[in-house]
Parts: sequence; structure tokens; C-alpha cells
Amino acid sequence: MSVELALAGASAKPAGKRPYFLDPQVERVLAITMAAVQELAVARQRIDTLERLLDAKGVLAWGEVDHFVPTPEQAAERGLWTQEYLTRVLRVLQQEAEGIAASAKGDVYSEEVAAELAGACPA
Amino acid sequence: MDGSGEVKAAPSPAYDGPPDYRVVGRHGVFPETGHDEIERLNLLAHMNRHLSTRVMPHVKTAWEVRAGPKAEQALGRPARDRHEVQRALLQDPYFQAWSALRRLTMEQRQQAGRWTTLRQAERLAATAQALSAGDARLQLDPALPIPRYVSAVDHHCMPGSYHGEAFPGDVSGAANYDHAIFATTGGALGRYSDGGGQGMVRWLRRNLPEFQPRRILEIGATLGQNLLPLAQAFPQAEVVGVDVSAPVLRYGAARARSLGVDNVRFVQADGSDLSMFAAASFDLIQTTMFLHELSLLSMKAIFAETRRLLAPGGLVAHLEQPQYSPTMPLFEQAMRDWDAFYNNEPFWSALHELDLDALMAEAGFPREALVHGTVTAAVDRSVFPDAADDDGEDFGRKAAWRLLGARAPS
Repeated sequence: MSVELALAGASAKPAGKRPYFLDPQVERVLAITMAAVQELAVARQRIDTLERLLDAKGVLAWGEVDHFVPTPEQAAERGLWTQEYLTRVLRVLQQEAEGIAASAKGDVYSEEVAAELAGACPA
Repeated sequence: MDGSGEVKAAPSPAYDGPPDYRVVGRHGVFPETGHDEIERLNLLAHMNRHLSTRVMPHVKTAWEVRAGPKAEQALGRPARDRHEVQRALLQDPYFQAWSALRRLTMEQRQQAGRWTTLRQAERLAATAQALSAGDARLQLDPALPIPRYVSAVDHHCMPGSYHGEAFPGDVSGAANYDHAIFATTGGALGRYSDGGGQGMVRWLRRNLPEFQPRRILEIGATLGQNLLPLAQAFPQAEVVGVDVSAPVLRYGAARARSLGVDNVRFVQADGSDLSMFAAASFDLIQTTMFLHELSLLSMKAIFAETRRLLAPGGLVAHLEQPQYSPTMPLFEQAMRDWDAFYNNEPFWSALHELDLDALMAEAGFPREALVHGTVTAAVDRSVFPDAADDDGEDFGRKAAWRLLGARAPS
């Protein structure tokens, strides 16, 4: 029950109307961004904790992570991961570019096609 | 932790920032905190510090070189009061950005603390119940109305405020307030967030070394974090904390028991009517960071009650952020008002322009009996930042307060 309470109520709004300092749409994006910034710091500190625990337990020596040099094969795998990651993060830019090209070739809205298929719009 | 199993208390001398959250003192009803929950609070403590030390100073620059001259041009004269300064600042993009981030940091602090405490709310309630149930030192009054100054807006954006309960017996709001205030203060209130109470004890030792109060009262005591230091400093004293909200009192009573402080009672009552206590029955009455959460009417009633309750030779002491004096720059007044409007502290602005000395006199304390002083949070300096060493200003949030008090004639 407590977890349901937390899921439902952790992000609750305090009583009192919220002031906005920026365009509300912009402030909304900033709010989501700052939450992501927070979680990135949390993840980074968790990795740091793991490194320090592994160091303390003698699994790896301090600094090994910073001095890590991948083999050529590992470097290729990691490079490929980074490429995949950026295509995912910057998906919107790729789609925008494809949209420019598609529009030049006569791309249409689904609503236009819907009207066309229903016969409302003469071909 | 570095894997050695010890919390390294003192940071490197070169480090200048908030301590790691893990130095915070724990007690029997303190919530469990996982690694990532702690790191959220660490990040927020740093965010607040970054905003106050690296961003806020430039709000002043933006006022001086941009927003101020622009306002002067529009008005045909310099701004006359802090409200005109505030209106001008609201148009400035740098003030807007700083304000948006400051508000979001506060909201994120509430979200982080609420996640941690709500996910274990039932266990916390059971723990509080086990520590304080049936104990005559916890006296609740379910019929007591919650005043509008508490219910209308949730102070410092804390959903549910001090009185909200997710279920009967819930103390998660109190646990949230207690364990995550670190994120806002960066440890400036010390190990048990009791720097205000510890500072009060230090002030008494320095200024009234002979004073030995036998009965001590705090009005608006919430968790008792600023009351327990007095109970510990005067172990023979009978100590009472009153508050209108039951959840903070349940949590506070459990917290006190768990910390081994046994001479404190927690009583649900409104400070504006303490008729349950006889006249002249307390030697020391304090409020800590409390006046700004009231209304004018309730504050006047509380001042009158303190006069009635104070025993001959006794001391009443209110710790509060400084008043807006005519010599305080309007920019500083406007910045100090930020929390009033944007962090749900609605009485803050009006309170800080009142003539409190006159209100104390109206309550029956002669002018010559008034006491004025300065109290900074007393903390373990080897671990926590000491506000007394800090020349910076976090307008309204620094752990340094004005003491306004009065002695009752002997």
C-alpha cells in the first residue's frame, strides 16, 4: 500500500496556485529537464559508489576506470553504441530532415488521405 | 561510504560545499534512505547552493544594469518600494530563469522527500505509534481546528503541510519535513536540523548565564527539533511543545523518545489560545522561524498569550529572519520577499515590515523589557557549514536570525 501511496502522491501539488516565471510551455520543459539532470547526477554517483566499493574490495584498482584503454574491437563496439545512442536521442532531427525531403515530393497529412479515401475530396 | 564501513566525517579542507547527506543524524522514526534517494538530496543541496552563490549574485547585476534603469525610465523616478522592484524584476529574463530554477528545486525537493517517506509510510506510522502510543507526553486534540494560515496554501510548497495525513496515524509528512530539509539548507542546520535550538541555547549561555528556566514552552514546535536542545540544556526543566498539527506532534514525540529526551511533552493546541495553561506558568517561551507562518491576528493573540503565560523574571524569545528596515536596500527587500510569493510563505512579506516592538508593547511588554539579539545556527563545525562564517546571503534562508524577546518583570 505504501508504494501505491508514493506512486500516487510523491509528485503531488502543494495547496496554492503555482506561479510561472517563463512561458508555461518552456517552464514545463525546464521542469522535465531539471528532473533528468537530477537523475543523471544520481546515476553518476551510483557508478562512483560502485567503483569505490570495487576498489575497496580489491576487484579493481583506483584509477583503472580513468586509465581504461579499449582494445580496437572494444572501441568499435563502443563507437557503434554511441552512434546508436545519438540516433535515438536526436531522432527528431532526422525525422524533420526526412520531412523536408518528403514534403518536396508531395507528402500529405493523414487527415488529407482520410478525406480522400472517404471521397469527400475530389481526386 | 568509501567501502571502509565508516562515514568519513570531515571533508577535505579544500572542499567548500555541503557535506554528504550521510552525516545527517538518524533516530528511531527517521525514514530509511536508499543510495539514490540520498543522492537526490545531495544534488538538490548543491543546486540550492549553486543558485544562491553562483546565480543569485547576477540577479543583482541584472537589477543594477538592466531591470532597475528600465523601471526608473518607465516610472519616471526610481522604484519607491520593494513591490515596484519586484514587478520590475519579474520582467527580467535572468530573474525569471533564476526564479524558475529556484521554484523547481523546491518542488523537486518535495518530490524526492515524499517518495522516500510515502513508500514507507505505514512502517513509519507503526514506528511512531510504538514509540509514543499511550505516553502521557503526547496529548492530541482531534477537535482542534486547523487555522486558515496553515490550510490555505501549503507552506514552502510542502504538499499536505504539517497537518495532512494520507491515512489515520500517518507521519510521512513530518518525516519528509525532517529528513529532507537538508536539501534546502545544505546542512546549515546541523546534524539533527536543530541548529536554531542549539543557537538559542548558546545565546542563553552567553547572555543570561544565570538563567535556569524550570518550565519551557515552544509555540509552533512542529517536530520539536529546536525544542529538544533546550530540554537537553535544562534537563530538570519541564518542557512543552505545542502545535496545531497532530502528525508533526506524533512524529516529534516519537523522535524525542528515540533520542532519549524524556522531559518534553507534545501538546496539540493553538498558540492563540493556550488557556489550558495557567497564567505565569512558563519561565521561557520561544518560537523558532514561526512568526512568518502566521497571520497578523493570530500573531497578536500569541503575543498576548505569551505575556499572560510568562512567569516573573521569565523570557520570551522569537527567532525570525530580519525585518525590512528603512536602511535595507529595496532590492534586498524584494529578494527576501521571494519566498512569500513563490514559495508559499504568504505572511512573510507583511510580517517583515511590521513594527514588532510596538506589537510586543501592545501585548503588554514594556519597551524597556524588550530584548534584541542575533542567533546563528550552532552546528558541529567539523562537519557542517557554520552560518557565522558565511558572508554570503541567501535572502531569507540563511541560518542566522534576529532574536526579538522580552523579559517579564521579576
